[in-house]
Amino acid sequence: MTKEHANWSPYDNNGGSCVAIAGANYCVIAADTRMSTGYSILTRDYSKICKLADKAVLASSGFQADVKALQKHLAAKHLIYQHQHNKQMSCPAMAQLLSNTLYYKRFFPYYAFNVLGGLDSEGKGCVFTYDAVGSYERVGYSSQGSGSTLIIPFLDNQLKSPSPLLLPAVDAVTPLSEAEAIDLVKTVFASATERDIYTGDRLEIVVLNADGTRYEYMELRKD
Amino acid sequence: MESNQAKPGLLCNPDASQRTLYPYVTGTSVVALKYKDGILMAADMGGSYGSTLRYKSVERMKPIGKHSLLGASGEISDFQELLRYLDELILYDNMWDDGNSLGPKEVHNYLTRVMYNRRNKFNPLWNSLVLGGVKKGQKYLGMVSMIGVNFEDNHVATGFGNHLARPILRDEWHENLTFEEGVKLLEKCMRVLLYRDRSAVNKLQISKITEEGVTISQPYSLKTFWGFSAFENPTLGAEGSW
Amino acid sequence: MFRNQYDTDVTTWSPAGRLFQVEYAMEAVKQGSAAIGLRSKTHVVLACVNKANSELSSHQKKIFKVDDHIGVAIAGLTADGRVLSRYMRSECINYNYTYESPLPVGRLVVQLADKAQVCTQRSWKRPYGVGLLVGGLDESGAHLYYNCPSGNYFEYQAFAIGSRSQAAKTYLERRFENFTNSSREDLIKDALIATRETLQGEKLRSSICTIAVVGVEEPFHILDQDTVQKLIDAFEIVGQDEPSVAEPDVATEPGAAAEEGAGAGAGAGAGAGDGAGQGAVAEPDVAPMDI
Repeated sequence: MTKEHANWSPYDNNGGSCVAIAGANYCVIAADTRMSTGYSILTRDYSKICKLADKAVLASSGFQADVKALQKHLAAKHLIYQHQHNKQMSCPAMAQLLSNTLYYKRFFPYYAFNVLGGLDSEGKGCVFTYDAVGSYERVGYSSQGSGSTLIIPFLDNQLKSPSPLLLPAVDAVTPLSEAEAIDLVKTVFASATERDIYTGDRLEIVVLNADGTRYEYMELRKD
Repeated sequence: MESNQAKPGLLCNPDASQRTLYPYVTGTSVVALKYKDGILMAADMGGSYGSTLRYKSVERMKPIGKHSLLGASGEISDFQELLRYLDELILYDNMWDDGNSLGPKEVHNYLTRVMYNRRNKFNPLWNSLVLGGVKKGQKYLGMVSMIGVNFEDNHVATGFGNHLARPILRDEWHENLTFEEGVKLLEKCMRVLLYRDRSAVNKLQISKITEEGVTISQPYSLKTFWGFSAFENPTLGAEGSW
Repeated sequence: MFRNQYDTDVTTWSPAGRLFQVEYAMEAVKQGSAAIGLRSKTHVVLACVNKANSELSSHQKKIFKVDDHIGVAIAGLTADGRVLSRYMRSECINYNYTYESPLPVGRLVVQLADKAQVCTQRSWKRPYGVGLLVGGLDESGAHLYYNCPSGNYFEYQAFAIGSRSQAAKTYLERRFENFTNSSREDLIKDALIATRETLQGEKLRSSICTIAVVGVEEPFHILDQDTVQKLIDAFEIVGQDEPSVAEPDVATEPGAAAEEGAGAGAGAGAGAGDGAGQGAVAEPDVAPMDI
């Protein structure tokens, strides 16, 4: 047969954007629910957010099959952790586990772009941001996925967080109140949806605070 | 072909390269939707060898156990091999005879793992699969691709169907479609595909799965009308085209 | 020391058609402190008696969560019990990974029994010295199984294993016909009473027993000590405060030692021998291979 076929690829990019913002006593994690391939939409209602533990929520975009495998792997690891330690994993522990899991496949990576949001042992909001092979950093806010190039500068401008180069280190958590952070998240997604074809349909927001976990939804442009 | 590339076999064993890098005989779109009492699914019966219509009676929808229905587009041989895996799965499930059984959700997940595992081995099953079913009053409809991408929805379509049928389904689908309305909607989709997808053929089956079980229709064809002026002279009014 | 010439390895039959090593393993189950299980249509309750090895030590855990829908209570070698519950946990996790649904209880039990059976047919292995009461819920309802070292397994409405379990069984046999329609609370009450029966007059306190529940809309969990004490108080289950219970206590001392594990050595071995003799005398009508 002549070569009329494009070479088969084990990867696809199913698009989507994720955002997480840490506050003094809360954390907001959000992602859109559109799943695409190429110029087509596969479904308008696929959640990219996975609650891994009481105080650790993962939002991931990239290749859905890899993301799903990653989520299932982490969920299984967390079950084993609970059996062995009789408690939920903390967000920083989950962050390290996620990094190790990603790096384990360094030479056939999970094509997954993650932000992990949660509360640390003091109840303070924490956000960890990753690349596909596991390098990670704790930050005050972050965005990953197809719309991240539009969202990050917007957040930089609005949150005016202290430079990470400052010595002594200044706390990275944002000064906003929980309600202000949720509003900001809604705004950045509405904006990203205007220009990024892979972001849209619906926004899913998870809010973690001392009271527990709360889910909110907002409709986005569907074109 | 002369080439200065390294010969295969120096670094890797050529015997090991039994992989699907492109399909041979393929089936085109599958379209499925949820309706009031369960799931309806439609697929035509063509099997294409490249652009040759090689087979004309390929059954691309099969019942899986009591609660599930599987439809496939893509490589026919891979689909038939998959059916052998599933037959074994269901057989072992029935052999327990303990009142538990695999429902559509379980089968869909199993398929997802199979497809994803094969892609991890760089040896994919060249299919897009649609899995529908009903168990304990719960309707289920999902899709899996060749590389393991999977999701659930109220209506799904593979291949060209995702481009041509789903916009229609998004317009006209609703939760309480009756069986007749569902069939009519599917036929509308299949007719559009027949007009616009060159590998679609006018011989199709529609299948239904409800709490009562699976029924797959006899093959039949759709009424078509090729006398539209746009079909007779498509370039009319398209200035500057040949 | 040796009962006969046919009991030195697992794969040797006696002329009477018995496998003594397997029977010895089942004796180890009888030495362990009691474990009890009972089920209704919707719930399974597991209970066990916690015996500390010495005044200075705490007791060992005898009830394990396997998954949200399955739990086990064990009697015998706790170390073997831990290994088997780890196996069961990983089977549940693997099944859930493939199908995203819970592993049916009966299927797990068969896998577990097959694993135990292999040990009865290999010269280089030893049978597990532990009995497991497996309680769980699946689409065919609530289930309670007993898995024993021989590789046999049985489904029960209610059952008790371990030392002095006969007393609990007697109680359960009188009552089991009502269990099917029991409420969760009544089931726990019966579990507590059955547990008390095995104590032979010792007072039932939350510190010496553990209760676990699994049921519809209720993932498997072990009740905390305060809750158990409150239940005991509420049901007013108080043992007869007989002053001299020294004798039965002494009798079970070697049993408790055996549970500590193979490391106990000759002392435990001798104790196990005694216990086996006593068990055989106490329950002469129970042919070991039937279990």
